[in-house]
Amino acid sequence: MGIQIINDKCVGCSLCIKTCPFGAIIVKDKKAIIDLHKCTLCGACLPSCKFKAILLEKPQAQAEKKDFSAHKGVWVFVEQKKSKVQSVSYELIGKARELADKLHTYVGAVLIGNAIESEAQSLIASGVDTVYLVEAVQLANFLDEPYTNVLVSLIRKYKPEIVLSGATIIGRSLIARVAVKIDAGLTADCTGLDIEEERKILLQTRPAFGGNIMATIISPNYRPQMATVRHKVFVQPELDKSRKGKIIKESFPINELASRTTLLEVVEEVENLVNIAEADIIVSGGRAMGGPDNFKMLHDLAEVLGGAVGSSRAAVDAGWIPYSHQVGQTGRTVAPKIYIACGISGQIQHLVGMQSSKVIVAINKDPDAPIFKVATYCIVGDIFEIVPALTKKFKEVLKK
Amino acid sequence: MNIIVCIKQVPETTDVRINPETNTLIRDGVKSIINPFDMYAIEESVRLKERFNGKVTVVTMGPPQAEAALREAISLGADEGILISDRAFAGGDTWATSNTLSHAIVKIKKELGGFDLILCGKQASDGDTAQVGPGISAFLDIPQVTYVKKIEEIKDNKIRLERMSEEGFDIIETPAPCLLTVVKEINEPRIPSLKGMIRAKSAKIIVWTAKDIGVEAKDVGLNGSRTTVVKIFTPPHRTGGQKLTGETPEIVEKLVGLLKSEITG
Repeated sequence: MGIQIINDKCVGCSLCIKTCPFGAIIVKDKKAIIDLHKCTLCGACLPSCKFKAILLEKPQAQAEKKDFSAHKGVWVFVEQKKSKVQSVSYELIGKARELADKLHTYVGAVLIGNAIESEAQSLIASGVDTVYLVEAVQLANFLDEPYTNVLVSLIRKYKPEIVLSGATIIGRSLIARVAVKIDAGLTADCTGLDIEEERKILLQTRPAFGGNIMATIISPNYRPQMATVRHKVFVQPELDKSRKGKIIKESFPINELASRTTLLEVVEEVENLVNIAEADIIVSGGRAMGGPDNFKMLHDLAEVLGGAVGSSRAAVDAGWIPYSHQVGQTGRTVAPKIYIACGISGQIQHLVGMQSSKVIVAINKDPDAPIFKVATYCIVGDIFEIVPALTKKFKEVLKK
Repeated sequence: MNIIVCIKQVPETTDVRINPETNTLIRDGVKSIINPFDMYAIEESVRLKERFNGKVTVVTMGPPQAEAALREAISLGADEGILISDRAFAGGDTWATSNTLSHAIVKIKKELGGFDLILCGKQASDGDTAQVGPGISAFLDIPQVTYVKKIEEIKDNKIRLERMSEEGFDIIETPAPCLLTVVKEINEPRIPSLKGMIRAKSAKIIVWTAKDIGVEAKDVGLNGSRTTVVKIFTPPHRTGGQKLTGETPEIVEKLVGLLKSEITG
């Protein structure tokens, strides 16, 4: 296993250098040299070489054909809080339906909780064929161990070919544990999911390096193929109340529901009630806000638009607004329909947390601010003049 | 209290620039740093050591130059650095990486003494997966709590802590030994002391290979990965947006017109 340059074939043309996302290739004395400490063996350089001088030995396991014909169905782990299904799960069901139709198979939903059967019908109405319902007092709230046990058992019993989960705090914690327990491949934070026609396998596309590159990832030799997907990446399907599906109830022995960790209390913070990860519109403020009091004008605009208030790291570090509002690499990643950046310069750490937003409006005094490079609409001007005027105008137009 | 901290050396992302001609990352001269989230894990481990005594062992899987990350951790107060390094580890996905690290932890436990706690940053800033922490605890079959924002109390081998949630936080109690992944809110990392820096310079870094930690080549690196990257490409670039100019009322009029359908539709 490994990568090497076949010196007899390499002519030192340098074409491969440009394709390497990791800057691992140099040309010295008319031969390409790969810095193996930088190389991640991703293979992005292979197609660029017209002389077939780059040799990447893929692991042997991949040559081996395994029979996965017993694995059927596209599953979604349904996330619930206080017995209410979270919107990300519906978004995933919509996508699962599409994938299942391409594979001519069914959509399964794993619904774990306590007294939660009433939610099953809307899962079916969203596109689910089979709901696997597991109810127990111990499962009322998410706990890593019993939820892992339940999901692992169901996967072993019913052998789905694909399992999807929201890339939420719960989803990321649970699914990574499950994937190791059942020895499956897992891809985090996918922004695209599709089926490769030829091999009928899941193509998982995700951003890497803060969204600067995209990678398509497969797991052809393991089942199920598992992926997490962030909020708002896929569209919530329309409910079709006439859809029919079945509910399979499963129960588990008490020892499998045991947890070494105990949930003592769930604390909801008032300022967190508008969850920026779920908001369709975010009005965000940065260093140029100048102080905590000025955030009021962002709250006003957000209120008129029915959105949430975000911020850059600079504003959080200055103590102007709580950390829960921070967008960016060390805060939250958001992808709303509209992101209005007010006085945010647009450091890369901020951009990676919001550049997938559909429409980005940037308002900044500095015409050279990096935020303008990703913005859909660029306004060079004073936030203290433009934001209140915007709020007023929207109030009129939206008749609020 | 003995603590193992798993860290990763990553490129300093502020330096990540795109070459406009080739649309690829420019990584020449990019500095390597400790993953920002791991800095909170290191800080928390040192704080716990200061409260309860014990030892902080920092472990990283990476190329030989990742030694620098371990030395930095020692300068911040860690006692010992272990570098897990082998060509066989290259190209590993999160399954292969968690497998490798869990084998190293088993060896640490056997040879350097047991642990009460494993701390990790919530995710690495380059891969962003947040999967290796839970992966390690699954391999070791110990309890895990992710996204920890505060350790409230440690008493009688029980740890009470706060885990971030989308709506606020959960208060959770877990027995030790366990694995925690931590978020930025948990503390404010210190800067290295002069004494620490001197110690870091001369500290002996332990280096273990695949053979040393007893993993088979088929279970690490690209070979051991359950996932394979088939394609890497640059996303369609946003090429500078539409500039809205004029006096404020004019700009506002234009913008509201442009956004209205997005809001109502």
